[in-house]
Amino acid sequence: MTWKQMFTSSVGKKLVMGFTGIFLVLFLIVHVGLNACIWAMDNGVMFNKAAHFMGANVVPRILEIGLFAGFFLHIIQGYMLEMQNRKARGTAYAVSYGNKGSKWYSRSMALLGTLLLLFLIFHIKHFWVPSRITGLEPMLIDGKEYHNLYGEMLVVFENPVIVAFYVISCISLAYHLAHGFQSAFRTIGINNPKYTTLLESVGYGFSIIVPLAFAMMPISMHLGWVN
Amino acid sequence: MEHTTINIKLKVWKQANTQSKGYFESYDVPGISTEMSFLEMFDVLNERLIAEGKEPIAFDHDCREGICGMCSMYINGKPHGPWEGTTTCQLHMRAFKDGDIIVVEPWRAAAFPVIKDLMVDRGAFDRIIQAGGYISVNTGNAVDGNALPIEKEKADNAFAAAACIGCGACVAACKNSSAMLFVSAKVSHLALLPQGAPERKQRVMNMIAQMDKEGFGACTNTGACEAACPKEISITNIARLNAEYLSASLTTA
Ligand code: HEM
Ligand code: SF4
Ligand code: FES
Repeated sequence: MTWKQMFTSSVGKKLVMGFTGIFLVLFLIVHVGLNACIWAMDNGVMFNKAAHFMGANVVPRILEIGLFAGFFLHIIQGYMLEMQNRKARGTAYAVSYGNKGSKWYSRSMALLGTLLLLFLIFHIKHFWVPSRITGLEPMLIDGKEYHNLYGEMLVVFENPVIVAFYVISCISLAYHLAHGFQSAFRTIGINNPKYTTLLESVGYGFSIIVPLAFAMMPISMHLGWVN
Repeated sequence: MEHTTINIKLKVWKQANTQSKGYFESYDVPGISTEMSFLEMFDVLNERLIAEGKEPIAFDHDCREGICGMCSMYINGKPHGPWEGTTTCQLHMRAFKDGDIIVVEPWRAAAFPVIKDLMVDRGAFDRIIQAGGYISVNTGNAVDGNALPIEKEKADNAFAAAACIGCGACVAACKNSSAMLFVSAKVSHLALLPQGAPERKQRVMNMIAQMDKEGFGACTNTGACEAACPKEISITNIARLNAEYLSASLTTA
């Protein structure tokens, strides 16, 4: 089978979804871990240092290119699959099978993904663009200048509408992952029930804990729970 | 069991042929014994329609014992009706109550065009099987069954997958009209057994290529197929198919 045949078949497209999905899950672990530094109660010293490390070192920068590529592939393939899948029905049913056979969020991956895409655009605009392109106020730590990304968070999350938007997006993420986590491992071929049942439980745990931690960040910033 | 009769109302999809537009037609069906199968209820109605000089409702059936996979009816929003692990022919009228309105639709999939009323063309499944769902064996004396040792667990899983009757309920149930449960059952059944080994890689690649060509959707792992399957084929087979496909595509030219 040629590479082209492999990646244009339905199973091949899903393999891309599965692998990029797992890669994005790994990214979330790093992201949530670093961001948790905002709770160090040190006016953002630890957080800004961590963010500086990610921005100034070559390894995270290379990984960042991979991250953008991963998002790009995941989004493109996701919409291509959704279009192909919608075409496959033809005439709609009068009575739908609905929740009798599957969970609503497993049938709504493209909708949840679209909410995430919307979030991603605002999120990049809020933090990535100022931090990497347009520049941020400096903060002096031990006589050295750091971007004050922490200060930027405090400013952005003063707005309750933005806080609400972030929280809603975290809920979308939770449901996207509640199905996506375990689905991705099935997609890449894990079929031993010993592992699939384990991955199902780990997946539910992950999709509750990580989005909850993310949602607490804008809330904490807004309510001043960080100092 | 107590013998009762019920009066029901049917809303059935009528469609003259593949090209024409379909519509729902309502029928009052009184005096149905709860001991009847769902298809026998249709027989009673069709006898009456014929006697009245009207056109009977076209539907597929053959064995009427749950093994041929012909009786494709989407009943009240579920392929093969409300019972678990049951084909339409094995569904009995005691599943319904007096006064129920039952909506019956054909399988809906672009790859399964309606031939007439509730009958759909499942030739796409035949073409997927022709693409690789077989083994090639030279003729000669039959080999002694015990000459080929097979792990019990593999034999059991292969047998469970082989129970697929090709009815297409998985396609009908799936939001993507995906044929992955069917294909995975056929691929697993042969991939688990030594007899399937020589064509193992070619089989999965060709069957998937044909499945895509027929216009079925991809798999989102929602599990609707497994929930609707009258033979309770496990969705684990789909994960096995994915593994088969991944290894075949990485190791062939
Ligand atoms: C940004 C916009 C996003 C879009 C448009 C999107 C879209 C989709 C769609 C349509 C699917 C279902 C594909 C299918 O099974 O048919 C999917 C699956 C998945 N997504 Fe996303 N997604 C997005 C973001 C994310 C993020 C941020 C993560 C994780 C951190 C993620 C993780 C997953 C996983 C793990 C799967 C399951 C893959 C599989 O079933 O093999 N997605 N996504
Ligand atoms: S997998 Fe189940 S639902 Fe699908 S064709 Fe086979 S028996 Fe029918
Ligand atoms: S008629 Fe053969 S399975 Fe129902």
